[in-house]
This record gives sequence, C-alpha cells and structure tokens, in this order.
Amino acid sequence: MGSCSSRAARIPDVDSIQRETGFSQASLLRLYHRFRALDKNEKGYLSRVDLQEIGALAVNPLGDRIIDSFFPDGSLQLDFPGFVRVLAHFRPVDVEDLRNRDPQEPEPLNSRMNKLRFAFQLYDLDRDGKISRHEMLQVLRLMVGVQVTEEQLESIADRTVQEADEDGDGAVSFLEFAKSLEKMNIEQKMSIRILK
Amino acid sequence: MFLLLPFDSLIVSLLGISLTVLFTLLLVFIIAPAIFGVSFGIRKLYMKTLLKIFAWATLRMERGAKEKNHQLYKPYTNGIIAKDPTSLEEEIKEIRRSGSSKALDNTREFELSDIFYFCRKGMETIMDDEVTKRFSAEELESWNLLSRTNYNFQYISLRLTVLWGLGVLIRIALAFTGISLLVVGTTVVGYLPNGRFKEFLSKHVHLMCYRICVRALTAIITYHDRKNRPRNGGICVANHTSPIDVIILASDGYYAMVGQVHGGLMGVIQRAMVKACPHVWFERSEVKDRHLVAKRLTEHVQDKSKLPILIFPEGTCINNTSVMMFKKGSFEIGATVYPVAIKYDPQFGDAFWNSSKYGMVTYLLRMMTSWAIVCSVWYLPPMTREAEEDAVQFANRVKSAIARQGGLVDLLWDGGLKREKVKDTFKEEQQKLYSKMIAGNHEDRSRS
Repeated sequence: MGSCSSRAARIPDVDSIQRETGFSQASLLRLYHRFRALDKNEKGYLSRVDLQEIGALAVNPLGDRIIDSFFPDGSLQLDFPGFVRVLAHFRPVDVEDLRNRDPQEPEPLNSRMNKLRFAFQLYDLDRDGKISRHEMLQVLRLMVGVQVTEEQLESIADRTVQEADEDGDGAVSFLEFAKSLEKMNIEQKMSIRILK
Repeated sequence: MFLLLPFDSLIVSLLGISLTVLFTLLLVFIIAPAIFGVSFGIRKLYMKTLLKIFAWATLRMERGAKEKNHQLYKPYTNGIIAKDPTSLEEEIKEIRRSGSSKALDNTREFELSDIFYFCRKGMETIMDDEVTKRFSAEELESWNLLSRTNYNFQYISLRLTVLWGLGVLIRIALAFTGISLLVVGTTVVGYLPNGRFKEFLSKHVHLMCYRICVRALTAIITYHDRKNRPRNGGICVANHTSPIDVIILASDGYYAMVGQVHGGLMGVIQRAMVKACPHVWFERSEVKDRHLVAKRLTEHVQDKSKLPILIFPEGTCINNTSVMMFKKGSFEIGATVYPVAIKYDPQFGDAFWNSSKYGMVTYLLRMMTSWAIVCSVWYLPPMTREAEEDAVQFANRVKSAIARQGGLVDLLWDGGLKREKVKDTFKEEQQKLYSKMIAGNHEDRSRS
C-alpha cells in the first residue's frame, strides 16, 4: 500500500493497454491493485509462484494450465500488460463495441473467436493447432484425478475426438473445435464482469 | 544552577514548569485512572470529534476531485468481480444445455465445453480470491486523514498535523512508562513469597500496566457482556488481528499467556512477567512438538487455581474482515472454552499487523501514529465440546459463533495459506465432484 496515490496515471503505458484490451480506466485501476496485491515482494512482475500461492487456484484441477497461459513461450516474468492481456479475453462482450467496430482493426481480445482460441490452447499443449487424442486424455486426467479408470477415460477421449473430428485426421483442429461449440453461448460462459 | 546561568534561567525554568505541568496532567488524567480502572470519558469525546473531522475531510476531498475532474478510487471490500454462487454440477449442466439443442435426459459423459467452467473459475480466482485480500489492510470507504490509507491523498491542514504530532509524542512517553512499569513491577512482585498477597499485587500490577499501554495507544475499547468473562481453569479463545489484541484483553482480565519465547525487548518483558505469575512460554524448538504443547496446556488448565489461558487459534494475524480456520490444538484439551470476538473500527487506525510487510517496532510506531484504536470486544457465553463432536467440529462451532458476533466473514481457509501451499486434498474434492458427473452416470444407468 504505502502513501503514494495510485491514480490511473500511475500505471505505465495505460493508454496503449486500454486500446489493446478495451478495459475501462476504472477496471484497469482495480486490476492494477490486484496485480500489486499478488506481487507480494513488490518485484514489479509476477512469477509462477505468485499465482500458485492463490489457494483457490491451486485446488482448481486446471490450475497449472491456466497459469501456463500467462507465461507463453517459456517466459518467467509476467508484467502488468501481459497480465491484463490474458484477462482481457474474459471481458464481457459489449454490444456497442461490436456495432462500432472498425473492420480494419484487429479483432478485440474478447471476441468470440479469441475466447474460443483461449479455451483451445488449454487443451492443445504442444501448440500445434490440433488437439490430439493424447492431449485430450491429458486434460481429462487433470480434471478427474484418480477417480476414473484409464479404460473409461480412453473411451471418453476416443468418443469426443471422433465426434468433433470432421476431416478424419484423428485430431480436433481449431475450426472443428469452434464448429462443435457453435451453438454455445461463449460470450456469457467465458466472461467475467468487473464491478464499476 | 539558576544563579550560574542567568541568561538561560528563564528558558530552563519555563521548561521545568511545562514539564511539570505535562507530567501532572498525564498523572491525573491518564495514569491514575489507569491504576484504578476509572475513565473520564475523554477518549470518547476525542473519538466523536475525530469522526466529525473525517466527514468534513472526505467532503472536501470529493469536492476537490470533482473540480479537477479526477475519478476517485472507491475500494470494494467484497471483491471486484460479479460472481454467481452456483455449484460445479449446476454450472456444467447449464453450459452443456446452452451448447446443444438436444434434450438432455441422457446426460453425456464429457463435453468439450466442460473445460469452460474450470477455466472461468480459475480466472475469477486470479482476479479476486477470498484469502489474498484478507492479508492486506482493510480498505476504507471514507477517508481518515492518514496518507497511508488513501489512494487519493491530499494535504489538508497544518493545524491537524501539529495536533497529530503532539498526540504521537504523548503516546510514546506513555508507552515507555507502561512497559518499564510492567517490567519493574513484575520483577519486584516476583521477589515476594508465594501467597495471596503476591497474587493480588501481581494482578494489579499487570492490569495497571496494560491500562497504561491502552492509553498509550489511545485505544477506545467497548466491552460487551462482561459477565461472560473467562474464569480460572478455562481457555479464552479470540480472533487475531494484531499483537495489540493481547493488551486489549489483558487490560480487562487477568490471563495466563501462551506463546513463544522471543528475543530482545519482548523477551525481557516475558521473563519479567513469568516471575510474577505462571505464564506458559515455549522455546522455539518446543513449539513444533504438538504433544508437548498440549501436555503443558492440559496441566495448566487442570489446576483450578491457575488463570485462564489466552490463545489465538488462527495462528496468524488476519485483517479483521474474516475469521480463518482455527487450529484444533486448543480444542482437544477438554477445558471450557470462553470465546471472545474482537472487531476493530478501521476508520480510526488500521490495527492489522501484516507481518510480511512490517516488523514489530515499525508496526507499533504505526499504531501510535494513528489517531486512535477503536474496537469492540464481545465476551461470548462459554462453550464445551459435546459428546458427538470431534475437536475440528468444536473448533468450527466456536469460530462461527465468534464470526457471527463480530460481523466477520467465516472462512474455512487456513490462515497459514498465506505462507504455505494448499493441500492436495482440496483439489481432490473438486476432481471427485467432476468425476461423479462424467463417470458416475454409468452407475446411475445400471441402477435404473
């Protein structure tokens, strides 16, 4: 805490972060405070350990995968822009934004496609653009722990890949993934609203 | 001496007079009431004045911010994100339902969309979790003129600063008096032969010194239900926010303390105190041995002539917005438990000791440079362990009673989480729930 005032002006590069993520200044301020609270030793960045210490995250079966998504390409330090960039995927979709969107600009981070991409990479560990049967098994194993037998899990994985796989290559590509979830209300299920 | 320095004699005599006046005032208004346990109500008046000043300051600040068109940061104590409390099963079913148009009497085992639930829950905890925010100081929704508590700090006035500075000096003088009297007094009493007179004196020396310390911190304490105060042979259990909790409780009752032997000033105080009356101090090595600790506590409690023990079962300081898991050790002994709830009013001074941020001395200085420490203490009716309960259930029952009385959130998390990683058993709970959904269906089908 300390005696410094933490107005939005204190966040480094706040304007570019705002443009990139679409968060309001108030939300960014709250996230910045959260970032500082998690950064217990005041290093200025977050490490894996800082996130692992969140008790409620450690009991989440996919906790490690979620933490991995904050540290892409083997990086070890998470700065505030990187932190917010990942969280931006979960910003609720603003209908106004959709209407006023400039088609020349890149898709906002919280678009339906980007939310789907985020979920996809939780499955696709080796980042080859496909969820193989083996990767499917791995995620399933994480979610059930030791409670389910190997055979049961394998049959579930087989069935799931078979149903989603359209071109018969034995793996689920991103487009096949998106197609099998086309009716899902992703915008609502993968959104977290920050209080004003 | 006055004759030797005619020039300075005026200054010296002025100094002498002002010091005498100061000490007399201190004696009459603070120390004497401390000794006799009487209060003039000066502190309550001080508190009312402070409240009015804070309200005025907050208005000024808001007006100033509007003029400059800045947005004021309003802290939320209940979390920064909107959450709906649904169970794992409900949410996953809902996710599946929204993704498929088929009727779902026959719930399929696994869907690609199930991952969304865990993903979103995980992100929610990264943005806001119950435990991390309990270990930083409670954020105030209105300001109390201390720059440390506010993100919109502005300098208000010189006169207030001078007043505050004077208060600090007086407090430091009192704290010094209190502590030295405690050490000297208990050592002196320790030399007396054991007996009723020694006990009587020891009790009053302790009480007097704690009361002086209470005034040193300008602590304004309201005690409720004093008829439930702990008795001999019992254990007094309270929620822990700071080391000051001890001073607050001990200034209203005579307890045996339990704790680790410290070095430095604390060690001197501890050694002096134990001469006058039997406190239970453990060496650092002994603390790890749970059986030894339990044995010594049991011995103490079974001796009905011994004082009630004061214990803080959370094991660590929490920021006074919640009560965390109580360690079961004190509840296994089988003595009557006297729960006490302590709630600080954060407006006047934040009493939470963030031990990873501040050392003890820095913390005490912060306490003395706050306006005041205002708190309420509730003595709850005694509880004993019922036949069908085990120690953990008893501990949770006591914890709920304390949380309810103090208006604190009752959490199941272990306060030690802030330092250690959480156990895998909790993760297994989640995994079991999910497995029942996807694999449990086999059993259901075979049964029907």
